[in-house]
Amino acid sequence: MTLVYLDNNATTKVDSAVLSAMMPFFEENYGNPSSIYDFSRSASRAIQNARGQMKDFFNAEDEKNIIFTAGGSESANTAIRGVLNMDKNKRHVVTTKVEHPCVLNLYKQLEKEGYKVDYINVNSNGDLDLEQLNEVVNYDTALVSVMYANNETGVIFPIEKIVEIVKSKNKETKIFVDAVQAAGKIDINVQELGVDLLGVSGHKFHAPKGIGALYVNPKTPITPLIIGGHQERGKRAGTENVPYIVGMGVAAGLAKDGLQYEATEVKRLRDKLETSLLKNIYNARLNTGVTNRVPNTTNIGFEYIEGELILLHLSDVGICASSGSACTSGALEPSHVLRALNVPFTAIHGSIRFSLSKYTTEKEIDYVIEKMPPIIDKLIGISPYQDELEAIKKLKL
Amino acid sequence: MWDYSEKVIEHYRNPRNVGKIDNADAIGVAGSLACGDQLKIYLKIENNIVTDAKFQTFGCGSAVASSSILTEMIIGKTIDEVKKITNQDIADQLGGLPPEKMHCSVMGYEALEDALKNYDDYVDLDELRQEKVSEKIICTCFGVTENQIWDAIKHNGLKTVEEVTNFTKAGGACGRCKEAIKDIIDTYYKKEANEESSLSPAQKILKISKVIETQIAAELQKDGGDITLVDIDGPKVFVKLRGKCSGCKNAMMTLKGFVENTLKEAVDRNIEVVEVE
Repeated sequence: MTLVYLDNNATTKVDSAVLSAMMPFFEENYGNPSSIYDFSRSASRAIQNARGQMKDFFNAEDEKNIIFTAGGSESANTAIRGVLNMDKNKRHVVTTKVEHPCVLNLYKQLEKEGYKVDYINVNSNGDLDLEQLNEVVNYDTALVSVMYANNETGVIFPIEKIVEIVKSKNKETKIFVDAVQAAGKIDINVQELGVDLLGVSGHKFHAPKGIGALYVNPKTPITPLIIGGHQERGKRAGTENVPYIVGMGVAAGLAKDGLQYEATEVKRLRDKLETSLLKNIYNARLNTGVTNRVPNTTNIGFEYIEGELILLHLSDVGICASSGSACTSGALEPSHVLRALNVPFTAIHGSIRFSLSKYTTEKEIDYVIEKMPPIIDKLIGISPYQDELEAIKKLKL
Repeated sequence: MWDYSEKVIEHYRNPRNVGKIDNADAIGVAGSLACGDQLKIYLKIENNIVTDAKFQTFGCGSAVASSSILTEMIIGKTIDEVKKITNQDIADQLGGLPPEKMHCSVMGYEALEDALKNYDDYVDLDELRQEKVSEKIICTCFGVTENQIWDAIKHNGLKTVEEVTNFTKAGGACGRCKEAIKDIIDTYYKKEANEESSLSPAQKILKISKVIETQIAAELQKDGGDITLVDIDGPKVFVKLRGKCSGCKNAMMTLKGFVENTLKEAVDRNIEVVEVE
């Protein structure tokens, strides 16, 4: 059975080099890094080494500024709660309308706890409204949190510019960047960006699920989310997940080395897929702008047909993609991201995200290009909107 | 991934009766583009029998499967038989639907109801009974009315707001109408409890006997059977079933189910039918 995996923004295949680096830490060097005897030294050294790899991955000042976590959601929760707990007098926070649910739902919770939250809009290209950001940041703003790249659309936010705006309004305001979807796709340089905190998740760049990292600038004190032992300099208690930390360190090194390939080859294949689908399927539309995107992601809306039905038919021919639409997620509302972009209702329920990786081949892309049009054609035949479809067909031809 | 039954998968892969019927005798629509699913059903009706049915659906796998199987269920049936089809029947025919997808079967039921409403000879029984509440929109995100929520509660015995969301989508987006849904559920069960308790024992006996005489016996006599009321003791209704069907165990089980359901719906949902020799 053919398998074409184009859902790498959901999760990625573990790189075999990552897996083999992890293996000795299960059966051989299984010691607790906090123990005193020689046997544990290889574990504690391995963590130190991985911390160095993550420091390089982020271009951070110091290894001490890296905290290992259990993934993207924990990194975000640690950063946001950690900053807000330091000064409970400040009650204002800012984020965007298109953040990942792990951030948005935390902010909903904060609103219940009495925080005032401002959600910044995006335009139909997916770009952030920087003027609105400039307006809302004030003396009371404790934290601004923005994502680096959007998981559904791949749109990249101009972090440097955002930092400049926020800091010019309030030097004290801390900035957290959710870089889960940027990691491994574009270069991350915390010093150049000037951010205070930045989180990633290993399984988005070919490390296993269940491991992540948080960069915390030394001028940004935070309280721990998980309280217990002294691990991670008291910022995250719990015995270190040694094999996974080792795995993520190796994956980070590979990802950094692979950025050029992402920017050229992965982008070329993404563009080939996108251009072909938009050209050959008359009810297809690109849901974002063309520029300012990570190289592996495209989000295409198919008007007057429904996303889950497309995905089920793609799955029947071995193609894995995803949709932010109602029916796939169990939630009933269409994607909050596509709504924020004002994607028309005709297309919002039929939007499909394809996300490639370094493992995606030309042959696979050609396969999707071949399989997609007849599937869409069949589904157009079932739609009750024949007249509307006929009208856009005429427009396009 | 949804745990769809084989039948659902088979139907969304190869939907039956796709398309429209020119000169259809009845057309029904449910759902909308903005809500993420819409079903249009076309019926050809001759001598009170549905001779052809076709559908067009904008929706997910289970929406297409529900529409497809619905057309199969109604072709060849009389209008009276078609009127009795509920969303649960559609789900059952598909071998079940995940709870979050039950609204797809409801959409099938609503489109069918809409088609029949548009058909000249159709009289809306619910309207006659004045059971419907109002066309007031409760869930503005999905445009779900008080009536639709009321119907879903009634036909499926829904008890919680979450269940109502699964069946009608109401409350599934912004969630602001959840309180209102809760109120409808409370009102429904209060009304139901009142209706039951408002009957005195004597009234109840009269009503049971009347329903058996006018609705049940008439139906059974069509097939050469009959029913006699023997006794009533609390929620237990003792009946004697006879005629063509007696002797066939399966037929008698169905018969008992039919009698019990009819009495439950018309008189008291606690009624239990006991057959006596």
